[in-house]
Amino acid sequence: MTEPETATDTMLRDLRGLWRIRLLEEKIRDLRLNGDIVGSVHLCIGQEAGPVGACSVLEPADALFATYRGHGWALARGVPAAGILAELLGRSTGVNGGRGGSAHFSAPEHGFHGENSIVGGGAPLAVGAALAGRFDGTGRVALCVFGDGAMNQGSVHESMNFAAAFDLPVVFVCENNEYSELTPIRDMVRNDVLAERARAYGILGERIDGNDPAVVRDRVGDAVQSAREGGGPVLLELMTARLVGHYIGDAEQYRRPGELERLAETEPIARLRRALRSASVDETAIAAAHAEAAREIEAAAQEAAAAPPAGTDAVRRHVHA
Amino acid sequence: MPETRKLSYGEAANAALRRALDDWPEVLVYGEDVGVPGGVFGVSKGLRKQFGDRVFDTPISESAILGSAVGAAMFGRRPVVEIMWTDFFLVALDQVVNQAANVRYVSEGRLTAPLTIRTQQGTAPGSCAQHSQSLEAFFLHTPGIRVCMPVTAQDAHDLLLSSIACDDPVVVIENRTLYHGGKQEVSVGGPVAPIGGLRVRRPGTTATAVTWGSISQQVLVAAETLASEDHDVEVLETPWLDPFPWDEVLASVARTRRLVVTHEANRTGGFGAEVLARVAEAGIELAAPPVRVAVPDLRLPAAPGLAAAVVPAAGDVADALRRVTTTG
Ligand SMILES: Cc1ncc(C[n+]2csc(CCOP(=O)(O)OP(=O)(O)O)c2C)c(N)n1
Ligand SMILES: [Mg+2]
Repeated sequence: MTEPETATDTMLRDLRGLWRIRLLEEKIRDLRLNGDIVGSVHLCIGQEAGPVGACSVLEPADALFATYRGHGWALARGVPAAGILAELLGRSTGVNGGRGGSAHFSAPEHGFHGENSIVGGGAPLAVGAALAGRFDGTGRVALCVFGDGAMNQGSVHESMNFAAAFDLPVVFVCENNEYSELTPIRDMVRNDVLAERARAYGILGERIDGNDPAVVRDRVGDAVQSAREGGGPVLLELMTARLVGHYIGDAEQYRRPGELERLAETEPIARLRRALRSASVDETAIAAAHAEAAREIEAAAQEAAAAPPAGTDAVRRHVHA
Repeated sequence: MPETRKLSYGEAANAALRRALDDWPEVLVYGEDVGVPGGVFGVSKGLRKQFGDRVFDTPISESAILGSAVGAAMFGRRPVVEIMWTDFFLVALDQVVNQAANVRYVSEGRLTAPLTIRTQQGTAPGSCAQHSQSLEAFFLHTPGIRVCMPVTAQDAHDLLLSSIACDDPVVVIENRTLYHGGKQEVSVGGPVAPIGGLRVRRPGTTATAVTWGSISQQVLVAAETLASEDHDVEVLETPWLDPFPWDEVLASVARTRRLVVTHEANRTGGFGAEVLARVAEAGIELAAPPVRVAVPDLRLPAAPGLAAAVVPAAGDVADALRRVTTTG
C-alpha cells in the first residue's frame, strides 16, 4: 500500500512538474537560438501551472487539444520530452517524424490530440471528441486550450454554443496571458473578464488564478467531473502571463514599465517555492524537484540529438488512406 | 514627384501604404497587430503614429476584418486589411467569395467593394502545414477578385498602390521570406499604374518559363544554368494573376513552342494547369510536352529537411527546362 500523498508532497510534485516544463522550454529556446531548431517557436514560460494542474485530473481516455504554445501541455499530458525535442529538431524519433514541428504536433497515444496553429482551430475538434464520446461509450471529456485572443474567433463562439446546446463534456480552458501576439487583450474587448461570456451560452464560467497548480487542479477537476456527469461544458479563464515574447525574437515593446519585474514575483515557480518555504519544507527537497526535472530534460535532449534526421523516403505517405 | 530610394521589400510596401494614406483620405489600414505594433513583419510600422485612427489593430476575428472591409468599401472607404498568413483566410473565406466577389455583379454595378487584402504566403524553413500553403488558386477560381503576387521591392510598392486604387477587391499576396531581404532601388512617387501587366525577367528564344511568387527567383537561377548550356530561356514573371497577361504569355509560347510553368502551390488545380489549358485551347503546337513544376499534392511537413524534399528548387526547374528544350 502506498501512503496517501501529503500536502507538501503534492506541492513538491507540482514543483517538479513546473520545472519539467520550464526546463524543456528553456532547452528549446537554446536549441532555437543556436539554430538547431528552425522556424517559429512559441514558449509557455510562466504559464506552466495550467498544464500541470489540469492534466493531473484527466483520464487516459480524455482528449486534449492545445495550441502552438503547446509543448508544456504535451509534456504534462505524458508525451515524452525526447519525442517533443526530436520533433522540433526534425528527427526521425520526433512524435510526428518532423511533420508537425514546434507548432502542430500531436501524440494521440498519450492523449494529446494536437497543437493547432490556427487560432481557435482546436475548439470545434474538442467538441467533436466529446460528441464521439457520447456514442462510443467512453464518456470522454475533451479539454480544449486556447488563448485570450482566441476568444474573439468565430470558431470558439460556435463551439461553446454547440457544446452547450447538446450538453457535451467539453472543458474550455482559456489561458489569459493578457496579450494576443503583440496586442493587449484589454484593447480588443469591451469586457475583459472573458469568463463572463459563459453566461451568454448558459454555461458555467469562472476566472481563476492560473499561476497556482493547486487552484487549477481544483477548478479544472470540478469542471471535468461536472462535464463527465452530464453537466455540459464549462469555461475556465486561467489568469497567467508569459515571461517571454510571443515568439522567439519578439522585441516585446508592448510591455508596460516594470511589468516583467512584477511578473517575476507572481510566476508559478517563484510562488510555489515561496509557499514551500513558508511550509518549512526542506531546501534539499525543493532543490531535488529541480534537479530531477533537469536530469530528465537533459537526458531527453541527448536522446533527441542522437537520433537521425527524419528520412525523406516516406515524405509522400499518409496523404490519403 | 518621382524619386529613387533604397528600400527592402517590406519597406517598399510600407511606402505604398503611407502614400495611399497620404493621397486618399478614404484609405483605412487595419488588421491583427497592424496598428500600434506596426505589423508582425513591420510592414505597417509608423503608420499609426502618422495617421492615427485610420490605422488600427483588430481582434483575432478574420470574418469581421474581411467583412467589415467589404461593408466599409460599399460605403465609400477604401480599406486595406491584412490577413497575417494566407492560411488564416480559410476561417473567413465566405467574406471574400460570397460577399466581396458578389457586390458589384449582383448590384449591376450600383455597389462596389474597392478593398485591398494584403496577405503573405509560402514555405519557409520550419513552418508547419498550417503556415506554408500557397492558395492563390482559391482566389483565381473566384471571378470578381483581382490577385497579384509581388516579388521585387518595386512591385511590392507598385502593385500595392495599383491594388488600392483599383475599384474592385484585390488580394495582394506577399511573401514573408522577402520582407527583410536586401534593399533595392525603388522608384516612388510616380503615377499609379493600372492593375495588370507582366515582367519579362529574361528575354529568350528557346523556351518560355512562366512563373509567379518568390519561386520565380529559382526560375531565374535555372534559366541562367540553361544559358550556360546554350539554351536561351525566356522568363516571364506574372505578378498579376488576375488580370492575367494571356496575350503576352501565349505569344511567347507560340514563338518558343516550349513551356515550363513553375509555382509553389500544389500541382493539382494549381494555376499552372490553367496556363497549360489555355495554350492547348489556343491551338499552339508545342515541340515538346509542357511541364509543370509545383509542390506535389501533399501537406507540407515542418522539418526543413522534409520540406526541401518536396518544394521545388532551382535544380528541379533546370531539369524541367532541359526536358522541354532537349525533347522534340
Ligand atoms: C486564424 C488565425 N489568425 C491569426 C493567427 C496568427 N496568430 C497566431 S498566435 C496569435 C495570437 C493569439 O493570442 P492568444 O489567443 O491570446 O494566445 P497566446 O499566443 O497568447 O497563447 C495570432 C493572432 C493564427 N495563427 N490563426
Ligand atoms: Mg494570449
